[in-house]
Amino acid sequence: MIRDITLGQYYQKDSLIHRLDPRTKLVGTLAYLVSLFIFTRPLVFALAAVFLILVLILSRVPFSYMLKGLKPILFILIFTLIINMLFTRGTVIFSWWKLNITIEGLKQAGSMGIRLVLLILGSNLMTLTTTPTRLTNAMEHLMRPLKLLRVPVHEIAMMMSIALRFIPILLEETDRIMKAQLARGADFESGNAIKKAKSFVPVLVPLFISAFRRANDLAMAMEARCYHGGKGRTQYKPLKYKGRDFAAYTVLILYIAAVVVLGKLC
Amino acid sequence: MEDMKLIADHLVFQYDKSRSDARRALDDVSFVLHKGEFVGLIGHTGSGKSTLVQHLNALIRPDSGSIYYEGADIYEKDYDRKALRGKVGLVFQYPEYQLFEETVLSEVIYGPVNMGMDKKDAELAAYDAIRRVGLEEECIDQSPFDLSGGQKRRVAIASVLAMDPEILVLDEPTAGLDPAGRSELLEMIKELKEKEGITIVLVSHSMDDVAEAADRIIVMDKGRIIYDDVPVRVFEHINELEEMGLAAPQMSYLLRDLKKAGFPVNTDIITLKDAREEILKVLS
Ligand SMILES: Nc1ncnc2c1ncn2[C@@H]1O[C@H](COP(=O)(O)OP(=O)(O)O)[C@@H](O)[C@H]1O
Ligand SMILES: [Mg+2]
Repeated sequence: MIRDITLGQYYQKDSLIHRLDPRTKLVGTLAYLVSLFIFTRPLVFALAAVFLILVLILSRVPFSYMLKGLKPILFILIFTLIINMLFTRGTVIFSWWKLNITIEGLKQAGSMGIRLVLLILGSNLMTLTTTPTRLTNAMEHLMRPLKLLRVPVHEIAMMMSIALRFIPILLEETDRIMKAQLARGADFESGNAIKKAKSFVPVLVPLFISAFRRANDLAMAMEARCYHGGKGRTQYKPLKYKGRDFAAYTVLILYIAAVVVLGKLC
Repeated sequence: MEDMKLIADHLVFQYDKSRSDARRALDDVSFVLHKGEFVGLIGHTGSGKSTLVQHLNALIRPDSGSIYYEGADIYEKDYDRKALRGKVGLVFQYPEYQLFEETVLSEVIYGPVNMGMDKKDAELAAYDAIRRVGLEEECIDQSPFDLSGGQKRRVAIASVLAMDPEILVLDEPTAGLDPAGRSELLEMIKELKEKEGITIVLVSHSMDDVAEAADRIIVMDKGRIIYDDVPVRVFEHINELEEMGLAAPQMSYLLRDLKKAGFPVNTDIITLKDAREEILKVLS
C-alpha cells in the first residue's frame, strides 16, 4: 500500500542518464522546470514533452514505473484542473446552475494540467536516476558560494541526505507496524474522522520510537567514525564532469534556445 | 475433512509487480494445517517464510491461489477478515517493536477489545494470557517499555494470545534472544500446544528450534516448499538442506559421526534427550 509511492525513489539501472554527473541533472531539471513556467505556448509544451520522452527513453526507466509516480498527486491534479476550469472568466460555452465553463477556462486548465504533469515527471525522472547521496552531493557543490554568507551548506546537505536515506526505511517500517497492528485486530478504515485518527496511534507511537532509536544509533555510529562536520572533509568519490556532461549541457542549451525562440515567435 | 483447519492452495505472490524481472516471493505454495498440529516452517533468510505467514491471516492477498479457513475462502468479498485475525493469531518478527501502550495490561487488551470483547472480559483474557506466557503479575501495571527484551516479546505474544486464537503463528520468535530465553520461549510454545490444543506454526531458520517439538516440518527455499514431512524424514536430506543454507539439528550430526566411528547408533534421533539415552545405551 504505502510502498507504491515511487516519488523520490531511486530506480537502479545502467543508462546514460544514470551515469550523468548529478550536477548536470540538477541544473538540467531546474532549467527544464523554469522553462515550463516562463513560456506558456502550446508549441513549447509539445517540445518540452518530446524532450522529456527522449530523456525518459535514454534513462531506460519503464514508462509504467514513471506513471506510478503520478498516482499520489492525481488528486491535486484533478482538483487544479476543476478549479481552473470553473473559475476562469471568458466566453461561456457551457453553463449549468451557477457553474460556467469557458473557453479560456478550458485552455487554462489544459495548460496547467500539462505543465503539472511535465513538472512532476521531470523532477521524478531526476530522482529516479540519481541516488539521494549523489543528489545532495550535487546540491552541496552548487550551493558552495553560499558558504561565504555563512550558510552551513555541508550540514544542510548532510541533513537532507540522511532524511532522504530514511524515507524508504520509515515507509517500510510503517507498512510493517500497520500489518502487525492489523494482525491484532486494528481497523484503519471504518469509523468517522476522529476514530480513524485515533486508530493510527498504535502505528505512530512505535514508528516514532523506532525513528528516534535509529537516529540515536546513526549519531553514535557517525561519532564512532569521527564525523565532525564539513571542515576539511574530503570526498570518497569527488564529482567530476565528463565528456557526456558537456554533451548534455550542449543539448540543454539548444533546448532552452528552442524554447525561447518558440515562446517568443508566436 | 473434519480436522483440516487451514488449506493453502497454489499461492503465488510477487512484491514488486511493476518489475517483471523481480523474483516471486511465493511460487506455487500449497499445504494443509491440521487441528492441534505443531508445524515448523523453516527456510533461509529471504526464502518467503514471512510472506507466507502474512497470507494466513489475509494481511497479504496472493496474486493467484486461495486460502480456506475451516472450509471458507478468506479472500471472498464478504468474509470477515478481522474476525479471522483473531482466530489465526500472527506474532510478527521482533514483535516488541509494535508495543505502544502505557501499561502491559492495556497493551494486551488491545487485541481482544478490537475483536469486540467488552473491557471486563478483555481484562480477564489479558490476565490469563499474561500468565500463560510466563510473565509475573507484577508486570501488569508497568510500562512495557521498562521491561527487558525477552519480557517485551512475551507481552507481544500475550497480546495475540489474549484474542484466543485457534492457530498461533509465530514468525522467528526466538530471534535475538539469549539461549535461556530461547529455550524458555520454545518450552512455553510447546505447552500451548500440549495443554490447550492450539495449532502452532513456528517460523525459524534454525532446525534446532523446531526439531524437538514439531510434528511436521515445512522447508522453504526461494519461495517454494521443498519438503513437507515429519522431522525424521526431512532430516534425511542433510545434503540438500545444507545446499539451501540450512542444517540438520546438532544431534543428527553427532549421531552420524558416531556411526561413522563404528558405534551402532540410530541416526534418526533428533532430540537431545533421545540422543543421550541412545548414546548411554550403546556405551553400556
Ligand atoms: N515488504 C516487502 N517489499 C518488497 N519485497 C519484500 C518485502 N518483504 C519481503 N520481500 C522480499 O520477498 C522475499 C521473501 O522475503 P521474506 O518473506 O521476508 O523471507 P523470510 O521471512 O523467509 O526471510 C525476499 O526476497 C524479500 O526481499
Ligand atoms: Mg522473515
